[in-house]
Amino acid sequence: MAVEMLSYIERKSPVHALSGATKLIAFLIWSSAAMLSYDTRVLLALFVISIVIFKISQVKIREVGFVLAFILAFLLLNNVAIYIFSPQEGVKIYGTSHILFEIVGRYNVTLEQLFYQFNVTLKYFVVIPAALLFIVTTHPSEFAASLNKIGVNYKIAYSVSLAFRYIPDIQREFRTIAQSQQARGIDLSRNEKVWNRVKNVSTIVFPLILSSLERIDVVSNAMELRGFGKNKKRSWYSEKTFKRQDYITIIIAVLLLALSLIITFQDGSRFYNPFI
Amino acid sequence: MWKNTLSIKTIVAIGIGAAVFVILSRFVAIPTGIPNTNIQTSYAFLALMAVVFGPIAGGMIGLIGHTLTDVIAWGSVWWSWVFVSLFVGFFIGLVANRINIESGIFGKNKIITFNIVQAIVQIAGWFIIAPILDILIYAEPANKVFTQGAVAGIFNFITVGVIGTLLLTGYAKTRGKSDSLVKE
Repeated sequence: MAVEMLSYIERKSPVHALSGATKLIAFLIWSSAAMLSYDTRVLLALFVISIVIFKISQVKIREVGFVLAFILAFLLLNNVAIYIFSPQEGVKIYGTSHILFEIVGRYNVTLEQLFYQFNVTLKYFVVIPAALLFIVTTHPSEFAASLNKIGVNYKIAYSVSLAFRYIPDIQREFRTIAQSQQARGIDLSRNEKVWNRVKNVSTIVFPLILSSLERIDVVSNAMELRGFGKNKKRSWYSEKTFKRQDYITIIIAVLLLALSLIITFQDGSRFYNPFI
Repeated sequence: MWKNTLSIKTIVAIGIGAAVFVILSRFVAIPTGIPNTNIQTSYAFLALMAVVFGPIAGGMIGLIGHTLTDVIAWGSVWWSWVFVSLFVGFFIGLVANRINIESGIFGKNKIITFNIVQAIVQIAGWFIIAPILDILIYAEPANKVFTQGAVAGIFNFITVGVIGTLLLTGYAKTRGKSDSLVKE
């Protein structure tokens, strides 16, 4: 049951050296640009830039390969689903219909549909390198500090850092419970019927949840004893101060967002239309 | 509003709750046979936490838990669906006071209240909000996202209805009953 998870990768690179808050702001700006725009030119440019930054970060593709495999599988399924449900979506958006060949009924292959699905996929490809980079180059405890820095209430920021802190613990506990239930002969594999599996899984879920509730009691008592939340502000051990490169990065990110919005919306539509 | 509602217990509940949510979504999803649709026990847990710790904890566990799950598993976040988790957690949490699970009593009336509320919230969330956000953000075909939303909605509704109700009943049994003392 070894499932790999994405986590921080230690490296010496300009991307790692940036403060967590900078990376968070840049990432948020980046994903809003990718979400708002449907302009192929903008998306392609953003994609190329993100690949360049990925190279600079010195993170190897191999190290995030398992996640990439998941995403590619998802994108493939998603594209198939889009085509099955709406083979004429591209024609509807771009207003013309260049038929390549017919399959059956309303299912034909048009240039517009191919272009539209290419754009949908590209949109994901713009965000994925940025998101991956953000995750593998920002230390979890610095992440909480940076959330607080961009204006999130420090108590909420602290609960995010608690979540990061307890994911491995709870995963370990989950394994222990699962193994001890399996030792008692409870089958969790796919050999069981769905309804039986639900019942068997609940023999893990119940103890896991009850022990977590107990953990909440213990941790909150400990924090209460240490006077958590008494002051309006809080300092963070792993906070990085803003340096020149941080300001430069943020300015560049804002300029990129503005530029991509101007290019996208100058003709009054989210979509870049090469068919007219 | 933040000052009064964000007790230390709520903060810890959000943190550890989000961690449990992540683990449940990653490891305890039972495939139904339909591709890409799982029985997500994490939503039953979300409902439990919302009822026990209130709307803010429920909403934040949904938000943080779902975001982290997406991030750890996929490397990117589907904000449209994350928003629905926040929405579901928050609005189920609004009945926390009515149900008052700490009293240790979770009888027929409360079970019905809980299920009516979760049904309304989840139908609004998965059938309407998630698809609309998908269309706005990703411009995906309407009939595709509405079908996806409906399938996810039905499964989550059943999961919360069955496992969530069982969890709440189990949790209520661990609390001391407020009406267990009898005058002699």
